[in-house]
Amino acid sequence: MTTLLAAQIGLTLAVFVALLSSAAGMVYVERKVAALLQQRLGPYLVGPKGLLQPLADVVKLMFKEELRPRAADALLFALAPIISATCAFAAFAVVPFGGDTTLFGLLPEGLRLQVADVNVAILVVFAIASMSVYGIVLAGWSSNSKYSLLGGLRSSAQMISYELSYGMALAAILVVGNSLSLTDIVNRQAGTWLGFIPRWFIFIQPLGFFIYLTAGVAETNRAPFDFPEAEQELVAGYHTEYSSMSFAMFFLAEYVNMVTVSAVATDLFLGGWHGPFLPASLGWVWFLIKVGFLLFFYVWMRWTLPRYRYDQLMRFGWKILLPLSVVNLIVTAAGVLYFGL
Amino acid sequence: MGSEALLFYAFGALAILSSLLVIGQRNPIYSVLLLIASFGALSGLYVLLDAPFVAVIQIIVYAGAIMVLFLFVVMLLNAPHEDTEYDERVHPLLRPGPMRFGAVLAVLFLVELMWAVLRHGGEAGPFAGGAVSSVAAIGRLLFTEYGFPFEVTSILILVAMVGAVVLARRDDGAHGPSEPRVW
Repeated sequence: MTTLLAAQIGLTLAVFVALLSSAAGMVYVERKVAALLQQRLGPYLVGPKGLLQPLADVVKLMFKEELRPRAADALLFALAPIISATCAFAAFAVVPFGGDTTLFGLLPEGLRLQVADVNVAILVVFAIASMSVYGIVLAGWSSNSKYSLLGGLRSSAQMISYELSYGMALAAILVVGNSLSLTDIVNRQAGTWLGFIPRWFIFIQPLGFFIYLTAGVAETNRAPFDFPEAEQELVAGYHTEYSSMSFAMFFLAEYVNMVTVSAVATDLFLGGWHGPFLPASLGWVWFLIKVGFLLFFYVWMRWTLPRYRYDQLMRFGWKILLPLSVVNLIVTAAGVLYFGL
Repeated sequence: MGSEALLFYAFGALAILSSLLVIGQRNPIYSVLLLIASFGALSGLYVLLDAPFVAVIQIIVYAGAIMVLFLFVVMLLNAPHEDTEYDERVHPLLRPGPMRFGAVLAVLFLVELMWAVLRHGGEAGPFAGGAVSSVAAIGRLLFTEYGFPFEVTSILILVAMVGAVVLARRDDGAHGPSEPRVW
């Protein structure tokens, strides 16, 4: 029991460190891919092929001066980035990323690769996603600056609008998966149809996947939905007045949120850790490959698509995405009732 | 004292303390945030009651959706701090119309609450912990046994929405429904 407990604590720490370093890695990848797409070089001076650039960024951010506008609300100004970062990390706690492992026989019984096995995991992910809006809104309000306030208001309007479609996409998956536990849903996607098509939910829920991904991009405030920080209109949006490490926390939260949305998408639609060729004990490698692809997709999209106009974003969210997701849910429920999946 | 009891008292104290602080704040933004903290503590209590589904719904619906709208409204209206001097000079029962009415309602609510507690005091009813956590069971109950109250509630909410739209509409009907403001 104690070995298992120690392993669980070790796993939790490992997930925390992995999330932190994935954010650093994403900063590098983002710059390199951006450079690739725009025929530039990207970071190449610090370390071999610029690999130590994220480290240099962290050092720079640490040594910057921590500024606070005089009229800002001191308590909330300090609290906002903490809320953002906490929500980003907390959501990953319920995401499973591999089957049971005995760590090469070191453990007496299998340890599930998941920080906390909650039987309502999908709802927990949704709940924490809906809480993360507070960090941004409070940052905007407490800065006492017009750009920050407008950025914060826009972001809350955007998040409320896209949360509905996001929730509807999740609901359709839970109708198909017949469970609220992410582990159960992943295990339902094991095996193949006709011997070669993997039983991934993306094949029965293509529209759901599209809706989830679109709403997920909007929820994480990434291009082409990065309105809260539209440079041309709002300088830097809600984090205009932030500097140094409190800015770094917002930055960190954005990248960790991307990783979480991709990991949840992998679990819900892409079969999680199930895949051919590799033995079951190495399932997490498949998981990493799938998440990596989705993260690349995120970056790819950011440097390819222009930003929408704000009214277009609202119209798309309410008049196209939401009706689509409702139809998707109804059709899915009818299909499950009729064919009995 | 078991760890469960310890957690119960911790969450309970947090819920009561933050609820009290909600009405003690001059700045409405802080009131909203403390109310969220109180909801969070309540959700912790639900988890202790073996009802994780209700706990998460509490967070999604109240803390995640309703309070965001509250915060939105408070920020948009830029609600001013309450008038300190006036508040300290005049007793709540002596203030004009609506405020006096609020005080009366508060007393009424307290009496009701005490009556309810005294009536069912200390009595622990049959509690099927497993049934509450099953989402399918909740759904089945909601749409069969409690179908009528469920539908009545939805009509009630619809009526409230229509009322809000009527109240919020501009009176100069000549221009038709006004476009929502876009930030």
